[in-house]
Amino acid sequence: MSDQKLIEVENLKVYFPIHGKGLFRREIGAVKAVDGLSFYINKGETLGLVGESGSGKTTVGRALLRALDPTEGQVTFYLDDGQTVDVTALKGKDLRNFRRYMQLIFQDPRSSLNPRMTVRDIIAEPLVANKLEKGKAVDEKVRETAALCKLNLEHLRRFPHAFSGGQRQRVGIARALVSNPKFIVCDESVSALDVSIQAEILNLLMELQEELGVTYLFIAHDLSVVAHISDRVAVMYVGQLVELAATEELFFSPKHPYTEALLSAIPEVDPDLAMKPVILRGEIPNPANPPPGCRFHTRCPYAEDICKTDQPVWQEIEPEHFVACHFADTLQLKGVVADTAAENGRNT
Amino acid sequence: MMEWNVDTNEKEMGMATAVSNNKLLEVTDLGVTFKTDEGLVRAVDGISFTAHKGKTLGIVGESGSGKSVTAQSIMRLLPNSAMIDEDSSIAFYRDSGPIEITSLDNRSQKMRELRGGDIAMIFQEPMSSFSPVYTIGNQIMEAILQHRNVSKQEAREIAIDMLDKVGIANPAVRVDQYPFELSGGMRQRAMIAVALSTRPSLLIADEPTTALDVTIQAQILELMRGLKDEFDMSIIFITHDLGVIAQVAQEIVVMYLGKAMERGTAKDVLGNPQHPYTVSLLGAIPKLGTLGGRLTPVGGDIPSPLQRPSGCPFHTRCKQKIEGVCDVDPPGITRVSDTHTVYCYLYE
Repeated sequence: MSDQKLIEVENLKVYFPIHGKGLFRREIGAVKAVDGLSFYINKGETLGLVGESGSGKTTVGRALLRALDPTEGQVTFYLDDGQTVDVTALKGKDLRNFRRYMQLIFQDPRSSLNPRMTVRDIIAEPLVANKLEKGKAVDEKVRETAALCKLNLEHLRRFPHAFSGGQRQRVGIARALVSNPKFIVCDESVSALDVSIQAEILNLLMELQEELGVTYLFIAHDLSVVAHISDRVAVMYVGQLVELAATEELFFSPKHPYTEALLSAIPEVDPDLAMKPVILRGEIPNPANPPPGCRFHTRCPYAEDICKTDQPVWQEIEPEHFVACHFADTLQLKGVVADTAAENGRNT
Repeated sequence: MMEWNVDTNEKEMGMATAVSNNKLLEVTDLGVTFKTDEGLVRAVDGISFTAHKGKTLGIVGESGSGKSVTAQSIMRLLPNSAMIDEDSSIAFYRDSGPIEITSLDNRSQKMRELRGGDIAMIFQEPMSSFSPVYTIGNQIMEAILQHRNVSKQEAREIAIDMLDKVGIANPAVRVDQYPFELSGGMRQRAMIAVALSTRPSLLIADEPTTALDVTIQAQILELMRGLKDEFDMSIIFITHDLGVIAQVAQEIVVMYLGKAMERGTAKDVLGNPQHPYTVSLLGAIPKLGTLGGRLTPVGGDIPSPLQRPSGCPFHTRCKQKIEGVCDVDPPGITRVSDTHTVYCYLYE
C-alpha cells in the first residue's frame, strides 16, 4: 500500500428524481441517495464502506464506476503514468475504453453469471467487449486469471450451474480481474456465502491484492468482515459520510456516535461477552426527506439543540481521521475492546 | 376451548412425564427425507435435542444443514414430498401431559391447535410472511381468534396491546396499516406480535434477524430476550450467525448436513469446541478484537445433498480425518462432559 492517491472524490451527489402522478409526471422531489461525499482511495489499499441498508453505499460504488451518472461532483482517477482522468466527464468511446480499469464484483454469484455462457466465455467477456486481446491470447489470459483465482482449469468449459456458491464467486472475481483493472468495487461480495466459504474468498481477495496491487472499495454491511479486509473504513448514514479513519482507529476509538452504536450492535462470538448495544431508537430516515441539521440527530443519544438545526462539518480532527459531528472533540465514545489475550498469543 | 383427549400416545408416554419436569420439547432421532426428481435427499439424519422450559436453544448451521427442516418438522409444515422417519419422535410436554407430534396428522384439529397456539414460529423475511392484502391488525386477530376464546373486539384490543408490547409506537394507528407501510424492523416486530398473541410456550425463530441491519438486529434480540421472560416461554433460535447464537442461546446444537455435530451449553460449544467442524467454523469468522491476519478457511465445499458422504458427513473437509475410519462408518456420540456431547471418532 502506498500513500499515492488512486481516486479522489469531491462533493459527489447522486439524486434520483421522484415524479408526480399527473400527465406530465413533473419532478416533485428527489431521493438524495448520495449527498455530498468527499474522500480518496490510495493505490493498493482497501477502503471499507459500511452503513445500514438505504444509506447509499451501493449508489456510491455504482457512481464511481459510472454505472450511474452522478448529479454533481467530481471523481478523479490518477493513472500510473501521471495522467489524471475526470471520470465524471468521460463520454462515449472514452468512457468505454476507460471501463477496463474499473470493475465490479457482485453480491450474488448465482444471478450475476449468465447461465447460458460457459465459464471460459464469462471470464473472457471483458477482454472481448473491450477488444483487449484476440484469438489465442484471449484463452491464455483467461487460463492465467482462472489459475490466479484458484479455479480448476479443466472446468472452464462447464456452465455456472455446475459450480458451488464459492466457486461461482471465484468466477465472478476472475471476470473482474481479467482486464487488469486498477480499481475494483466489491459490493457485498461475500455476504451471500456461508461462513466456511466466505473466509476463502476473503483470503483470495487479499492475496490477489498483494500480487496484483489492485485497489478495492469493499462495500458490506457485516462490520467484522469489513474490519478484517480493510485498511481504512468509511461509515455512511443517509447519503452522507459520518466518519472515515484507519480500521484500528475507527474500531477501537470511534469519534461519531453512529459508529459507536454500530460497533456496539455487533454480536461477539463469546457467550461471556454480553452484547451491550447502544440501542438506537427508531430506524434510518427516508433519504427523500432527510432530517434537518445532523441527519443522525433523530436517533442519536447525545443529540443537543444545535444538532437539530446545523449540519456538522466534515473535518479532519486527527491526522487521517475524518468525522462529521458537532461534539467529536468532547464525546468519550466506546469502541471495540481489543482482544489483548489473542494479541499477546500472536506475539509470543 | 376444548379438553384434550388422552390418546394412545400420551398413555404410552405417561411414564416420562414424571422425569420431564423442565423439558418442553424433546426431539429424538429425527430423520427427514425428501423425494425429489433427482432422487432422495436426506435433509435431517437422526438428530436429537431437548428444549428446556424458559431457556433458549440455539441451532446453528450453514445452508443445507437441515436446521430449517428441523423447525418445519416440529411445526409439521413440511411439504408433501417430505417423509419423517417412522422411529423419529418429537415429544411436546404440555402441562396436561406429553403429546407426540410425529404421530399427529398435520391437518388434525390437535396439530392445528399446537401450531401457532402452543408452538409459534417467526420467519426470516417478514415481508413475505405477511399477506399484503390484509392489515397487520387483521392478521394478528386471525391468530388470536383461531386459538383463544375471545370476541372480535377483545381480539382487537389484544392485538393493539401486543403491538405495544413489541415496541411499535402508535399501536392504535399501526393496527390498521398494511405490511408495506411498515419498515423492515417494524414488520419483524409485528411478526413477533402475531406469534406471541396466542401466548405460546415455545417460540421457534428461524433466522429472525438475518435480513435486518445490525442496529435493528440488536433491537430485536433485546426485545426477544425481554419477551421471553415476560411471557415465560422457551425459544428455539435458528441461525447461521455464531455471533448471534452466542448472545441469545444457553444451549447450542451445531448442525452439518443433517447431523448434530456437537451439542452443549453455549460455553461448552463456543468456549471449548471439540468437533473439528465447530473448531474450523470458529476459525473462519473474522473477529473484531484482533484485526488483520489471515482467516483459516474450512476448506472444500459443502457436498451436494444428493451425494451425502458416507461415514461422518464432514470427513470430506476435515483436516483430522482418520483414513479408513471416518469415511466408512458414522461415528457415535461421545460425552465430553455432563452437558457436552460430540459426534466424532477423535474422542471415542
